[in-house]
Amino acid sequence: MAARQKLLSTVSACRALNIPSRRVCHGCINTHALRSFTTSKSARHDFFKDLESQIKVFREKAAAAMPGSDWNPIDLTPGLPPERADIVIVGGGVVGWSIAYWLKRKERMRDAVRVLVVEKDPTYSQASTVLSAGGIRQQFSLQENILLSMASADFMRNINEHLGVVNEDPVDLQFNHSGYLFLASEDVAHIMEENYETQRSVGAKVTLFSPSQLKERFPWISTDGVALASYGLENEGWFDPWTLLNAFRRKAMSMGVYQCIGEVTGFKYSMHSARTMDGDKVPIKRINRVNVRMPNSLEYQPVECALVVNAAGANSGKVAGMIGVGTGHNQSFADIPVPVEPRKRYIYVLHCPDGPGLDTPFLIDYSGVYFRREGLGGNYIAGMSPEEAEEPDTSNLEVDHDFFQEKVWPLLAHRVPAFESLKVSSAWAGYYDYNTFDQNGILGLHPLVSNMYFATGFSGHGLQQSPAVGRAIAELILDGGYQTIDLSALDFRRIYCQEPMLERNIV
Amino acid sequence: MAASMLCQTVRQSRVHTCVAVFRRGLSSSPASPPSLLTRFLLKLHQHFYDVEHLIGWRAKHRSWFVRRKNVFYGYTQQNYGENIAAAYYILSLKGSFRFAGQSEWFRPNARGKFSYDFMNYPTSSIEEIDLSGTPINHVGLDNLVSQKGLRSLSVRGCPEVDDWFLSRLHVFGESLEELDLSHCPQITVGGLAALQNLRMLRHLDVSSLPRLQSPGLVHILLEEMLPRCHVKGAEYSQGLIQSDIPIQTESVQEPVTETR
Repeated sequence: MAARQKLLSTVSACRALNIPSRRVCHGCINTHALRSFTTSKSARHDFFKDLESQIKVFREKAAAAMPGSDWNPIDLTPGLPPERADIVIVGGGVVGWSIAYWLKRKERMRDAVRVLVVEKDPTYSQASTVLSAGGIRQQFSLQENILLSMASADFMRNINEHLGVVNEDPVDLQFNHSGYLFLASEDVAHIMEENYETQRSVGAKVTLFSPSQLKERFPWISTDGVALASYGLENEGWFDPWTLLNAFRRKAMSMGVYQCIGEVTGFKYSMHSARTMDGDKVPIKRINRVNVRMPNSLEYQPVECALVVNAAGANSGKVAGMIGVGTGHNQSFADIPVPVEPRKRYIYVLHCPDGPGLDTPFLIDYSGVYFRREGLGGNYIAGMSPEEAEEPDTSNLEVDHDFFQEKVWPLLAHRVPAFESLKVSSAWAGYYDYNTFDQNGILGLHPLVSNMYFATGFSGHGLQQSPAVGRAIAELILDGGYQTIDLSALDFRRIYCQEPMLERNIV
Repeated sequence: MAASMLCQTVRQSRVHTCVAVFRRGLSSSPASPPSLLTRFLLKLHQHFYDVEHLIGWRAKHRSWFVRRKNVFYGYTQQNYGENIAAAYYILSLKGSFRFAGQSEWFRPNARGKFSYDFMNYPTSSIEEIDLSGTPINHVGLDNLVSQKGLRSLSVRGCPEVDDWFLSRLHVFGESLEELDLSHCPQITVGGLAALQNLRMLRHLDVSSLPRLQSPGLVHILLEEMLPRCHVKGAEYSQGLIQSDIPIQTESVQEPVTETR
């Protein structure tokens, strides 16, 4: 009985120490008397047989406990966001990651700001960033847009000084310096001339062509109906959006930005009321926590934060709705929603072996149709914005091929006769974060939510302006005001005062 | 004390170590494995702030050198005029040039020293520039923009000449007749498309550009784009599929490699 007691205590001691017990027992009593008290594998394995794997496990644990890893003794659901962050960026598109990069870049000391980027879809299957045509141009009518694009082009020129990471390949944007070519008819030629003056005064390198010069320069264009053309000489063209997005993400994460795959489902906020000049009561909200739900699960984590940046692109109106923007009673200040909604745009890939060659610019016709070269094998991508009344359903990303046959092709073939004999090889659709108010970006604090910044509503030119927009938002947050480019005209004031800043070169 | 200081320098926990960052799988650059010292430094770089700073400083120093070489010669331009500034810039890069209406070239000697005789011609503009093997980049081009009569430019084998440099060459669109871009390691087809703005170009050398994936096809497209220009470059067939080799067609590069 005493022997039995001893055996029991030995086994339990061995189990507590997680040492295989058999070898110890061999020494003290006869094995035939040994009854198995456990079914667990580790207790029955031979120590020396296991040694190799044990050492491997130990080495892994030791490596995880080294400084520089985020090993935690408590077992957590992998992928949970941190419980606290200074700044939560909603939306991990190119604008969101650019803001994260610039926040880290501008911080005074290391880890001064804790930045979390929340992205719901790690494959970016519906993200506007990667589904865009990837163009960058300076030919806008508003000075703010021109300056933003010029600053972004400057960023891309020095991209490896900004986004290069030690021991990684240098960033290759695959930039095509082919320029944009805008065509204007008789009716809109005077607008083009005004825009040209604005662009030149800001420093963009743009030139104007008469129809005969255009024909000499690009012999494959039919100049029928064209009164004037403007062509960008420098800093214009197209690039690979996916590379830019990944470069931003790689750099930001190497600088210590937290990434979380999850969806923002709501906010916890406190509220106090203020009075307008007329005496109306207006609720002012302040976000305390952001609820981030894990993918394919009901588990969510509230992230305590000081600031939220809404860079959710096409969904930013929805995100703003979660905190009650646009749901006040009628005619009140709080009733005005964020005027950003998703709009579906199609891009068609064309194959036309006889089409224009290496000199093909990003051509934008006055009818609204556009195309550019894609690679060197006679492939092109083309698209067009539909009429306001014929906006397609935005619940899915299916492509309407009839739209190409009926609307796009006749206009394309009219402009470039070689496109009479093209073949559509594929097509895709993407969302514009369409600003229904004036088709321009909305930047800055929301007047009714005292700690939510917006960087949204770019209506199709968010990708090309993202580097400069990220810098502007970071300046706004960390410096308290714009330092390099004054973008105060793009804030919420214009929406509440109903003073649109219309951009006349929307594609 | 030392241990606590070490602890302070040790990097705090970071998320990025456990999340895989997408790396571009560029098959065109089969990088040789880094040396033992580099690997050791990288290991240290992952764990210590000091090493990270040193490595960052080294990279910064390298770009600082290029930036210093290509700085805008504003002071010279203000005091001696645009032509002298351009000439001085070229000579300090160890390049050579020829004034319009003269036959002799101004060159620095093997040690980079040069005589200041060019100061005697403040009114002559530069007609030919040879900048082969110099660290010129798109910023340095600012010093040459004023030379509206430039007819020949050679940037053969310049490591910093990239697509952005080519896109700025449009300032010489009305005059440039000869351009030598051969052996530049950074030029891709995206930059060559910008040469369409050089309407007067008669001779173009695009041979031995390592980052062109289908040089033969690009050669054809360049000739199509610049019909009055003689393009010197790869054979037409280079980089194209050769149908008479039936076995290895799969391993031969596709002609259209510039996909997204």
